Amino acid sequence: MGILNIVTYTPLLGAAVILFFIRSDNPKMIRYAATLFAAIDFIVSLFLWWGFDPKASGGQLFQFRFVRDWIPSLGVKYDFGIDGIALLLIVLTTFMGLIAVVSSFSAINFREKEYYVLLLLLQTGMIGTFCALDFFLFYVFWEVMLVPMYFIIGIWGGPRKLYAAIKFFLYTLAGSVLMLLSILALYFFNDGGIPFLHIKGLGNGYTFSVLQYHNIGHLIPPSLQFWIFLGFFFGFAIKVPMFPFHTWLPDAHTEAPTAGSIVLAAVLLKMGTYGFVRFALPILPAATRQLILPIVVLSIIGIIYGALVTLVQKDMKRLIAYSSVSHLGFVMLGMFALNPMGLKGSVIQMINHGISTGALFLLVGIIYERRHSREIADYGGLAKQMPMYATLFLIAALSSMGLPALNGFIGEFTILLGVANRNIWWAVFAAIGIVLGAAYLLWLYQRVFWGPLDNPANRTVRDLNRRELAMLVALSAVMVWIGIYPKPIFEVIEKPVEYVVRKVDPEYMNRPPMQYPEAVAEVEASK
Amino acid sequence: MTWNDVVFLLPEIIISIGASLLLIAPVVGWRDRQTSAKWSMLILLGITALTVIGCSYWVQGIPQSRSLAGMFALDGFAIFFKLIFITAIAMITLLSDDFLRESRYSVWEYYSLLGFALCGMMFMVSGMSLISIYIGLELMSLSSYILAGFFKNEEKSTEAAMKYFVLGAVSSGILLYGISLIYGVCGSLNLLDIGKALSTIITNDALMFGIMLLGAGLCFKIAAVPFHVWTPDVYEGAPTPITAFLSTASKAAAFSIFARIFYLALHDFQLDWGNVLATISALSMVLGNLAAITQDNVKRMLAYSSIAHAGYALLGIISLNSLGLRGVLIYTLVYVFANLGIWATVLMLRRHEYGGERVDDFEGLSRRAPFWAFAMVIFLLSLGGIPPTAGFIGKYFLFAAAIQAGFGWLAILAVLMSAVSMFYYLRLVVAMYLREGREADVAITGPLQIVAATCLIITLLLGIYPTPLIDQATESSRWIGARASIIPHAGR
Repeated sequence: MGILNIVTYTPLLGAAVILFFIRSDNPKMIRYAATLFAAIDFIVSLFLWWGFDPKASGGQLFQFRFVRDWIPSLGVKYDFGIDGIALLLIVLTTFMGLIAVVSSFSAINFREKEYYVLLLLLQTGMIGTFCALDFFLFYVFWEVMLVPMYFIIGIWGGPRKLYAAIKFFLYTLAGSVLMLLSILALYFFNDGGIPFLHIKGLGNGYTFSVLQYHNIGHLIPPSLQFWIFLGFFFGFAIKVPMFPFHTWLPDAHTEAPTAGSIVLAAVLLKMGTYGFVRFALPILPAATRQLILPIVVLSIIGIIYGALVTLVQKDMKRLIAYSSVSHLGFVMLGMFALNPMGLKGSVIQMINHGISTGALFLLVGIIYERRHSREIADYGGLAKQMPMYATLFLIAALSSMGLPALNGFIGEFTILLGVANRNIWWAVFAAIGIVLGAAYLLWLYQRVFWGPLDNPANRTVRDLNRRELAMLVALSAVMVWIGIYPKPIFEVIEKPVEYVVRKVDPEYMNRPPMQYPEAVAEVEASK
Repeated sequence: MTWNDVVFLLPEIIISIGASLLLIAPVVGWRDRQTSAKWSMLILLGITALTVIGCSYWVQGIPQSRSLAGMFALDGFAIFFKLIFITAIAMITLLSDDFLRESRYSVWEYYSLLGFALCGMMFMVSGMSLISIYIGLELMSLSSYILAGFFKNEEKSTEAAMKYFVLGAVSSGILLYGISLIYGVCGSLNLLDIGKALSTIITNDALMFGIMLLGAGLCFKIAAVPFHVWTPDVYEGAPTPITAFLSTASKAAAFSIFARIFYLALHDFQLDWGNVLATISALSMVLGNLAAITQDNVKRMLAYSSIAHAGYALLGIISLNSLGLRGVLIYTLVYVFANLGIWATVLMLRRHEYGGERVDDFEGLSRRAPFWAFAMVIFLLSLGGIPPTAGFIGKYFLFAAAIQAGFGWLAILAVLMSAVSMFYYLRLVVAMYLREGREADVAITGPLQIVAATCLIITLLLGIYPTPLIDQATESSRWIGARASIIPHAGR
């Protein structure tokens, strides 16, 4: 019984307990049970971090391995194991999962039983996805996530929930089935090849082992890599979402209930970026290097276009949703710098975005519960009425825009370093995105919290209660912690990032570290 | 006819004698004993199933056992399908119980016809000669024509039966013409002899024409585009349990002989018919799924979805490899049980004349019957091929087979179309869970619960732990696979 199984299936157990042992007319009990299991899961995931060895590399990089036969006739194994990247994302998932459960106490007031069962089920799916080191298993968890999220948006969502839920489901499904074909192509290449297309296989036997695929990455002919990459790209880019596949995101975010938005922003979007880091980059190095430019261009368009669209939004939730497009553009840009600095920044920014944007969605959810409006125009001067709320909103906004001493700065700065190292012009575009990010968040803050308190409906709004305060303080504490002392995080991703870079760009690690004059010369040359 | 032949044919002999007895029962004054009719039918099916299992032990160890001068085979493939057919017919018997109770028609005749149809299917799947396959097919088809029009006072039912009969008869004629042309070229009706003969002759027009006609006839039976036009009307008009029969057992039977004929007899000509069938498969998937989106009637929607599923199943036949052959077996089983589960749930809604037929009738089912609404979601996800349901395993095999065979474009189309199919499956989910207000009108009876629960268990268990099914399919398809010179990757 590996600890990863405990982390993965604790929420499932919670879902089963709620489903079978708690009556649906006892919502209080359901909430407590859900909180209990989410909390246990979070604590277990902290043990995971505690027992994790950040120095391990090579064969020991993936830790807590748990391998069993599942479908032997197809070579499918039940293979769990995590490296530092997956570890961080799992801790993020359990943490935000707990926040999501607690945030739903007052937001969800009908069909609670189904709701918490689905939320916990979703968490099992997400953690399983990060743990899986077998492609088949990964795919199963990947798809398992879809159904609970579909129901969460579709039942407890806003006015256009049906449209948003179906759009979310179909977009993601279309991407992931194409990914399935790519997985199959790898599967056949590893063994017998595809004789009819004159693709010779390696004859390594049937396996879905991701680590095995990591090892054969450089043997795959570039033309085949290109097609496989395309399948992965659709699967992951839709999930990220990269421009131009982002259109499902604003709808899903806006219509989802608060907890749905939190989970969606904090974890579900990271599935796409995680997929790139774990699968697309190390398995398909040639195709990755070949496609750097188109992907970087899409990322930069995502950053700038996302930020510009964010500027003009009138609905707070939609605004934050669009800001995700911009932020995830950063993550992708940093990743495709394909150097350790960029990748590290990219991974840290995944975590940061999860916390900051999760917090922002939570904040918008809190005000929506009180006022039933998300229109920015309905607010103004809230700082006088809700000082605590205003303060915590400010912290979350500043963290999201990358103010030094908060977490966003660490991520953005590292990404910029890595990107500038590859091409200074990419960094210039990214910097424009940061400026725009500051603009839309500060402008939002200004319109909502400052100015006269002229809407009478806002004069009676209560400030945060203890439960809300606890959640937001916890989130803010994490923001400050990462902003001031990010070393533990850098530590665990050091080796995994090095591993990925070695796979995707083997020559990079052999190059001598860039000296200052040389860097300047390169900048000069690129002009 | 030797003693051996009798043993081999024992299941068919039992079911045909039993079906005849069912026909006699009303004459001796049992006409109104509905319950005894149901139980007689179930006991008959039970005995038949036991005989099939007994026969499978009898032939164990023998690679393939043939009798009746090589026309009839009892191999793993046949036994696998026979058991699917018997289970499906048993479930359809359970589904029919309440439905018939409300009508004035003789249930004995109904069950007797189902029995004969089963006999035809079982004979057909064992057929090693085109003529024995044809006889089995006709026995099945004739029984289904009558069953489709069994509610003879209802206009829709009669119309459906008429359409089905006319088109079915034409397609049988086409099939027979194809068979005769193939016989003319190869000089034999035996599948193995045809396979042998074809490996030595080069393509000629008569042969190609024969194969095309044979394929067209079979495509009619599995309802693939462009031979699908009868499906929506017949499915809509036929009594719902019979629609369930047509879309599961009858279709499974057609898939089985499709696979047997093409894998055993025509594998050498894959280059010739492969692309034609690939086109048919692509058209079925696209048209079936797109047309299903606009349907408001559940029976019609499922009819179009079954057209699409015929397209998927064809992937397994076109690819002509071990994954494909096993895929046909696995997919058929998975498809049959998911579909039967859906029909059981549809019947739970049946209160009034045509209740439970419109998508709207599902509104609020999640509040009225939460468990069965959940079961329905699982069945729909299984049809859509979403893990962890069994449908994913079935689709996995077919897509993998298509890629391995080099039909990459077809595989891409197939996966995208299965994403499209989720759109209309989700319409039912939306109705059940996401619409407020109405309460679904339900009549949940014991037999329906048994069917739905069994299908649910099968669909979920095989989705989470598919190894037994895969191993069984590997074992069952071994003989045919070896004949079609496919290398089975045993043990891996």
